[in-house]
Amino acid sequence: MEQEYYVCTGCALLCDDIEIEVADGKISRVNNACLKGVARLKECEKPAECRVDGNNVSMDEAIKEAAGILKNADNPLIFGMGNSTSGAQKKAIGIAKKLNAYIDDTSSFCQGPVIEAILGNRIKTCTLEEVKDYGDVTVYWGADPSNSHPRHLSKYTYFPRGKERQRGWEEDRTAICIDVRKSDTAIICADKFYQIPPQADEELIDALIAALSGKVPKVSFGMGPKKILELANLLKKAKFGTICVGLGLIYSLPDVEPLVRLMEKLNEVSNFHLIPMVGQFNMRGFDHNLHEETGYINRAKFGENGVEHGPQCSVVELLRTKSVDAALVIGSDPMSSLPGSIAKELSGIPVITIDPCVTMTSAKAKVSIASATTGSDSGGTAIRMDGVEVDIKPMINTNNLSDEEILSRIMEAL
Amino acid sequence: MTNALEIYQLLPKTNCKECGKASCMAFAAALLSREVTVDDCPPLKEDKFKENYEKLSGMIKPAGEASESGMIVHEDKCIGCGNCVVACPVNVAEDPHGAGSGKAPTSENVILRVEDGVVRLSNVNQCRRFGKNKIMCNGCIVTCPTKAIEFV
Repeated sequence: MEQEYYVCTGCALLCDDIEIEVADGKISRVNNACLKGVARLKECEKPAECRVDGNNVSMDEAIKEAAGILKNADNPLIFGMGNSTSGAQKKAIGIAKKLNAYIDDTSSFCQGPVIEAILGNRIKTCTLEEVKDYGDVTVYWGADPSNSHPRHLSKYTYFPRGKERQRGWEEDRTAICIDVRKSDTAIICADKFYQIPPQADEELIDALIAALSGKVPKVSFGMGPKKILELANLLKKAKFGTICVGLGLIYSLPDVEPLVRLMEKLNEVSNFHLIPMVGQFNMRGFDHNLHEETGYINRAKFGENGVEHGPQCSVVELLRTKSVDAALVIGSDPMSSLPGSIAKELSGIPVITIDPCVTMTSAKAKVSIASATTGSDSGGTAIRMDGVEVDIKPMINTNNLSDEEILSRIMEAL
Repeated sequence: MTNALEIYQLLPKTNCKECGKASCMAFAAALLSREVTVDDCPPLKEDKFKENYEKLSGMIKPAGEASESGMIVHEDKCIGCGNCVVACPVNVAEDPHGAGSGKAPTSENVILRVEDGVVRLSNVNQCRRFGKNKIMCNGCIVTCPTKAIEFV
């Protein structure tokens, strides 16, 4: 019998070669996935329940209460959706339109600027399959995929044999790591690890651009011109290079311009692509879907006069300035991921969560709605970190409603 | 992978010979190759070395957990990245379009695969470190980011 494969929703790598075993209607074994994927796909430790004010209620009651809160709010916020299918994201955008609500996602303080530059054709990108088949130089900059996307190197960039990369990782490929610490990925990159101090990324970018332009590169920290020229030469000689950008780099730059400059220079002398190391499995999908609808990837507010967009509409600013009076949080845990001083503002407004597991946010929410886990209990489509659309089919049957179904029911109740 | 010097640093370094070895360094080498156990060093069981004893016990897995090829997987360290599965020369030869190209293994003859997020060894006799003609292949060790694989 032909093996049936499933898609892992543990991260935005969306590995599509997952084998499972099922016993008593539950996933008993997950093969080929990394530990992060296994943790996502097997039943969560603390499954969520439908609750209002801490008391267990039926799904219908929870949805009715959620719709009531959203209807009565003057300035509601819809946030999250990185762990939702594209279908659910489109439903959430529909609700935001109906309510004239703010809508934002984790890309607002994550990979947003890079995805925006890619969608605006300012940065050249490629697919992970192309990296596998042709990639000879991969740079992990401010990223540690050994922890964030454990199969990134083994499935696509460094270890696999591809069409034009048949001689193995020892001969055919070079993996480079630029980071502030010797991460697990830096250990794999061995002597191709370039350690820099925090906030020095832009300086190194400028030094690299100088080196690629035939000038002597200089930086103020302890990295000599020889070392920078060695790195620049590695990049220059690449036949098919890829920079995998992590949050370490994004958080260090004032905006995406230095990265655009570097990519332009690299493509004058070499052939380079950029892939953002997106975390949640469909964060990129949300950015694509909102972009399709509004022309913006995040930080939007629907209104009678069109769509407002800008930093003032970001989740952080909205909470800091106390500009929202209710929040619908879908598949995300802002209480854990936002700075404490910002996250605490959520406790001052009614919060509705839709999540398969208990999170810090759902534990404190006024209304918590239990959903199916996308990937194991429900399916749909998602957009991988490199922009490729992936179909997800459910692994088991459950009675839990998917977030798309829950959002449809909230929309009906509005 | 742990080396003898790392182990030596945690030993009493008194060269007391109570373990039957000529020096603490010799004991470290013997411990690394599992000829002796952590408990074979009597001073290490004294209170003042308690912390080092615990560190060494965590570092040195008993030889009984090793496969016939000498492979030990530290399950608490393995993250299931599959680097070893894809880099293993035997896996590449046996399953070039599956395991060798980064995908799920499609052949029963592969020797490393990831099950429930942890790497497992099968077809042990295919491992290049197995048997009389073994070679010191280290593809799985050097590609492991968390040092979860070692050979004894």
